[in-house]
Amino acid sequence: MISRMILRRLVVSLGILLVVSLLVFFATLLLPGDPAQAILGQQATEDRLAALREQMNLNDPWWQRYLAWLGGIFTGNLGISAATGGSVAALLSERISASLVLLAVAGVIAIPVGIIVGTYSALRRDRGFDRAATGVSLVLASLPEFVIGVVLIALLSTTVFKLLPSVTMAPPGEAVWNYPLQLVLPTLTLVLVVIPYIIRMMRATMLEVLDSGYVEMARLKGVPERQVITRHAIPHALGPVAQVVAIQLAWMAGGVVVIEFLFRYPGIGQALVDAVTNRDVQVVQAISIIIAAAYVVVNLLADVVGMVTNPKLRTESAA
Amino acid sequence: MTATTTESSVITSALSVRDLDIFTEQDRQVLFGVEFDLQPGRILALVGESGSGKTTAGLACMGHFRKGLARGTGTITLGRSGTQNVLQMPQQELRALRGRHIAYVPQDPALSLNPAQRIGAQILEVLQIHGYGDSTAERRERVGQVLAEVGLKNDEAYQHRYPHQLSGGQQQRVGIAMAFACRPSVIVLDEPTTGLDVSTQALVLETIKELSERHQVAGLYITHDLAVVAELADEVAVMLRGRIVEHGSAREVLYSPQHDYTKALLDAVPDLEGCHQVGEVQAITSEQVQVQAHQIRQKLELPADAQPLLQVKNLALSYGAAKILNGINLSLDPGESMMLLGESGSGKTTLSRCVAGLNDDYTGTVALNGVELAPGTRKRTASQRQHIQYIFQSPFSSLNPRRTISESVEVPLVMAGVRSKSHRRDRVLEALDQVRLGKSYMDRRPGDLSGGERQRAAIARALVNAPSLLVCDEITSALDVSVQASILDLLRTIQAERQMSLLFVTHNIALARHISQRIAVLQQGKIVDYGHTDAVLENPQHEYTQQLLAHIPSF
Repeated sequence: MISRMILRRLVVSLGILLVVSLLVFFATLLLPGDPAQAILGQQATEDRLAALREQMNLNDPWWQRYLAWLGGIFTGNLGISAATGGSVAALLSERISASLVLLAVAGVIAIPVGIIVGTYSALRRDRGFDRAATGVSLVLASLPEFVIGVVLIALLSTTVFKLLPSVTMAPPGEAVWNYPLQLVLPTLTLVLVVIPYIIRMMRATMLEVLDSGYVEMARLKGVPERQVITRHAIPHALGPVAQVVAIQLAWMAGGVVVIEFLFRYPGIGQALVDAVTNRDVQVVQAISIIIAAAYVVVNLLADVVGMVTNPKLRTESAA
Repeated sequence: MTATTTESSVITSALSVRDLDIFTEQDRQVLFGVEFDLQPGRILALVGESGSGKTTAGLACMGHFRKGLARGTGTITLGRSGTQNVLQMPQQELRALRGRHIAYVPQDPALSLNPAQRIGAQILEVLQIHGYGDSTAERRERVGQVLAEVGLKNDEAYQHRYPHQLSGGQQQRVGIAMAFACRPSVIVLDEPTTGLDVSTQALVLETIKELSERHQVAGLYITHDLAVVAELADEVAVMLRGRIVEHGSAREVLYSPQHDYTKALLDAVPDLEGCHQVGEVQAITSEQVQVQAHQIRQKLELPADAQPLLQVKNLALSYGAAKILNGINLSLDPGESMMLLGESGSGKTTLSRCVAGLNDDYTGTVALNGVELAPGTRKRTASQRQHIQYIFQSPFSSLNPRRTISESVEVPLVMAGVRSKSHRRDRVLEALDQVRLGKSYMDRRPGDLSGGERQRAAIARALVNAPSLLVCDEITSALDVSVQASILDLLRTIQAERQMSLLFVTHNIALARHISQRIAVLQQGKIVDYGHTDAVLENPQHEYTQQLLAHIPSF
């Protein structure tokens, strides 16, 4: 039963990705400028432009180009970058892993901390800790990510304390994680952007669960308070939080653009900004579809978590 | 206060409560000097309406106070722990007590069993916490044993089920098994059979009675259902607004009540014989509350060959392979009241929804005044829709909490195209008047109203368009007996005054003689018994009806 549900979600996800690929393709078609011109520069002769257009299949009808591009995605051939002339896949592979490192570190910090702070907040409802946590998280939630980033830079690397580097300056070809200090600020910014939502959702669902009949029943069974929280309350609060976490993770995949730009971090966000400036259509297409895929995959995972933690979906109901 | 202590305090009691006062955090007193004793092997019923403080008193015995309540004063001592006062115990000791010496059976097992844990694990948990037996193997054996004691299957596969894979009655028996698992000396049962069908209720009551006798457990049974009390309890304490107003043996309290409130409460209990006068209005007859079919006919001067108001023919509905309704035929005359009786899952709600057009998946025909109706409300004409009105079971969820009562009640008028605001207001007022709510309720919101008042408002909404058929889907099930009595009153009056037909859907057969002229008994989507109320009750044709009649708790 559950495998069928997951399969159905998977099929729906693929359908969504297909629609997204169409949208991305046509949106980039509308971008002004000629890729061949962009590659060869203003001084190129008509003959060379024509030859390159032929080579890049730019003269084919749109649907052929779409299908070729779609096929390319599946075979890992994302086309040729107009700016560098190299393959898009080679250009992006490093950038993707750099961004993934950032996202993973931020997620690994934000999710558990958010869940713990939210739970504790619910347990100390209306006391000092709870008020502080909800207040701070409300402020953080209402600040745009670049403001948080700028404040952190001012606080930790320029005006107040000079502890951390404010920009990432890894030599090309070397992995970002070889310079962990440079990772701190971008990660911290992402964590602070994402965590308020997790805290608030965890607190809200936890309060609801703590009021439920089965938590009261567990207490009336004489279950020690710690076990009441860990065994009876938290598992039920996690389902809705997983959805919020998924939305936040997906947001990070796109929101990372601003943060990478702010910290000059060599990830896909930075690559996207560069590609748009350079009219590098192939790269823009590739990154857009990658970010869309991240959204879909993360949401799919959240749905699976929701299904797995809910026995009503996992098992047949009473006959 | 006025509580009388019974002779039984001579025997060592398993639990004794003295002078219990409980305050809310706002310092409002909710319990006033409550006193009672529980004896091993005997059950004390704590009877009262919702809000009387009976659950508060029951939970206080376990040292538990719900949100908003401050701790109480007084003494609660368990026989076993000697002189120690439960109210002053530190959390640590309370935890050791709960589940081990004093156990709790909750009102709604569907909410109180952890939906994400297997039932076996949940019973095992309480054994593990209190270190029952010496090894896990021994505890597992106890889980199987106690499941068998409450009459459930106890094999591995059954223990691996989740609560949602059990029926309501089975869930409640798991709750009872959990409570009895550690062999406690006291057990607090908080309306454990509310929401169960009569036959399931009979089984559960039997289990409780047998277990507490066999293991010499003292029981505190919290309920508002006096019929259950008669079946089960040895002693009865009646609570009114935080005070025990009458206390004595079950026989004394039920058969020679002293306090006015107890008398009123007893009068409100519907009985199968129809001898009690439920409510105050003698709608049609003066001798008997029951509304006689022929009297209605005389009253309306119906010609003998009058056309039935509602005619249902060969109505069937299935979800996939599951047949919910299987060839239903019934007819209802104008001004007649019919009881549609069945247990949960019998298809009675589905049938009434088909009649009202809320469910359009059926085959067969529903005809009103001889005109066949389209399946769904959307395809019926406005006047057809107005003629059949539906009242839902829970007044807590059927009224929009953000709308005032008059806004909710006027919705059908707006839908019927009554443009003039003052005209609508008059009609709303008239409808509210009919349900005895009056003008002052117009601008209040459901949150300010009691359950009974909300249900009256819902009835007013159904009446506002002057329907000819009222479909009442379990409308008194969520209400206390005395409120139920007043709602029945109201329905009978409306029926008599406006010659309206009623389709009264219920699982409570005891209401039969109080509301219906005819009865249709529904079992597994089929009508198994059908006829005049007296005929069906005195001479039930189907074995299922006989079984239902045998299971009614009564006194």
